[in-house]
Amino acid sequence: MPGAIHAEGLVKEFGKVTAVAGVDLDVPEGQVLGLLGPNGAGKTTTVRLLTTLLRPTSGTATVAGHDVVRSPEKVRRAIGLSGQFAAVDDRLTGRENLRMVGELYGMRSRAARDRTSELLDQFDLNGAADRRSSTYSGGMRRRLDLAAALVVRPSVMFLDEPSAGLDPGSRLMLWEAIEKLAAEGTTLLLTTQYLEEADRLADNIAVVDRGQVIARGTPGQLKAQTGNQSIEMTVRDVARIEDATSLLLRFGKAKPTVDGDSGRLSVAVDGGANLLSEVIHELAATGIEIDDIGLRRPTLDEVFLSLTGGTPANSDEEKR
Amino acid sequence: MTVAVAPEPTAQDVLAAGGTLKSLRDTWVITKRNTLRMMRIPEALLLGMAQPVVFVLLFAYIFAGTFTVPGGGGSMAYREYMMPGFFAQTVAFVTAGNSSIGMANDIQRGMVDRFRSLPISRAALLNGRAAADIVQNCLVIVVMVICAVVVGWRIHRGLGHAILGFLLLLVLGYALSWVGVLIGMAVRTPEAAGSGNFLWLFPLTFLSNAFVTPSTLPAVLRFAAEWNPISATIQACRNQFGNPSLMQTHTFPMLHPALVSLLWSVGIAVICRTLAVRKYSSVGA
Repeated sequence: MPGAIHAEGLVKEFGKVTAVAGVDLDVPEGQVLGLLGPNGAGKTTTVRLLTTLLRPTSGTATVAGHDVVRSPEKVRRAIGLSGQFAAVDDRLTGRENLRMVGELYGMRSRAARDRTSELLDQFDLNGAADRRSSTYSGGMRRRLDLAAALVVRPSVMFLDEPSAGLDPGSRLMLWEAIEKLAAEGTTLLLTTQYLEEADRLADNIAVVDRGQVIARGTPGQLKAQTGNQSIEMTVRDVARIEDATSLLLRFGKAKPTVDGDSGRLSVAVDGGANLLSEVIHELAATGIEIDDIGLRRPTLDEVFLSLTGGTPANSDEEKR
Repeated sequence: MTVAVAPEPTAQDVLAAGGTLKSLRDTWVITKRNTLRMMRIPEALLLGMAQPVVFVLLFAYIFAGTFTVPGGGGSMAYREYMMPGFFAQTVAFVTAGNSSIGMANDIQRGMVDRFRSLPISRAALLNGRAAADIVQNCLVIVVMVICAVVVGWRIHRGLGHAILGFLLLLVLGYALSWVGVLIGMAVRTPEAAGSGNFLWLFPLTFLSNAFVTPSTLPAVLRFAAEWNPISATIQACRNQFGNPSLMQTHTFPMLHPALVSLLWSVGIAVICRTLAVRKYSSVGA
């Protein structure tokens, strides 16, 4: 059964430029997919195709069960979009912006008014509700934009680089709002260049580069895919460091690196958590006391760079 | 094929989507928004209206004395002659400027994306643009009329005819709004829209009977001036207001100016609106 977002062989060409070169996606209902990629990878174009703002050159896509080309009206009724540039009217107040969107969704005036108050509360914008949005900070504008996308409680939400240009505090607030949405069962597709963001918010990640999905999986799977895990430990008694080194040598796939002053050792391994428990067991058996031990997985940054060949496409993100 | 059917948005709060009623309401919501935007920067609105007023005063007190209108009346007669020209020119500049810059602005700032991702009729955003221009035009005409009365312009055929004249101006303004909408979508940046307007608005308004009589022009220009939609509208206004018209030619548009003005306006509106709606649904594609 196709998911709430389903795309097959999606292609979008602008003249000679191919922005999206055959993307397949499937997001089951209630799941969060992170579309991760460098600038110009085709993330925004993909979102614009799925939200009916662009017609695909070829390929098909359904959102909430409706075909984006054949029934764009039905798709629009089921989705919320929060774009890369917060699209709120700068000369209207926060309240006026939300009411306008509500009325355009076809809500009656009273319903739009009530829903507006609810959203202003929820996104902590009450104090600024009657100020023009041009006076808002970047974070406030983003929250207002997100609120605008949520006026009719869409079943599928698209968030295009939701935290671009936000300070850490605002980003955290936005993440919490997004996590709440996901917890309520909204299907989400978010694009991001921040690996940390995808790691935290997404159930699944599709890594996009040059218009194609080059890897997909859960954040954990992607990290495992590149291997390069290591066991890191610190021995309590620096005198036992020789023993610890020879012990690690038996488990690691390369020579451990040793820091004799701090008693810290590190070795690349293949076995994951099971191997770690074996190492701990052995350490206990030989009576080597340790302060700290852990399995260190590669960060998504490392995964990302290894997948995209470390040379993100440098062209500007396609805005069309 | 079975598909996951998403729950429709809270149904009891939502009017039936699609249909003329929804489309009218969408247009109303967008018109409200555009009018509100206009009112939020009153200084821009006021400065925009001050500019034609300054021109009227300059013409009335500097040039009017040097032009003579056949039939006598001196500078007073020229002031009455030029005012319908100023009405039409101001309406043209205000609407085309407004709609092209407003549209380009909405595209640049992502508002068009926002609106296009909503379940509203394709034409609502554009209709709301043109409708807001009508509101602004009414304001502008009121200001211009006050200014005209101050410099000595009067209506001579009663209120009914005068209202007909102003209606023709509003219809012309509505038609030119659609030209502006089309330009705004084509150029995409408000700066380009602003400077692009001068390229066609100055020739359009000056190559007319607004301030001089076309009979003084070389044949080609004269033909253009006489068939210019602006000229027909101005001529019709002069007739309706009972202002001097300097009419020395007997070409069709000058003999039936109200009809020609209306035909032009309807023609421009229909063609540009059709093109604009088509372009809107593919904007950015």
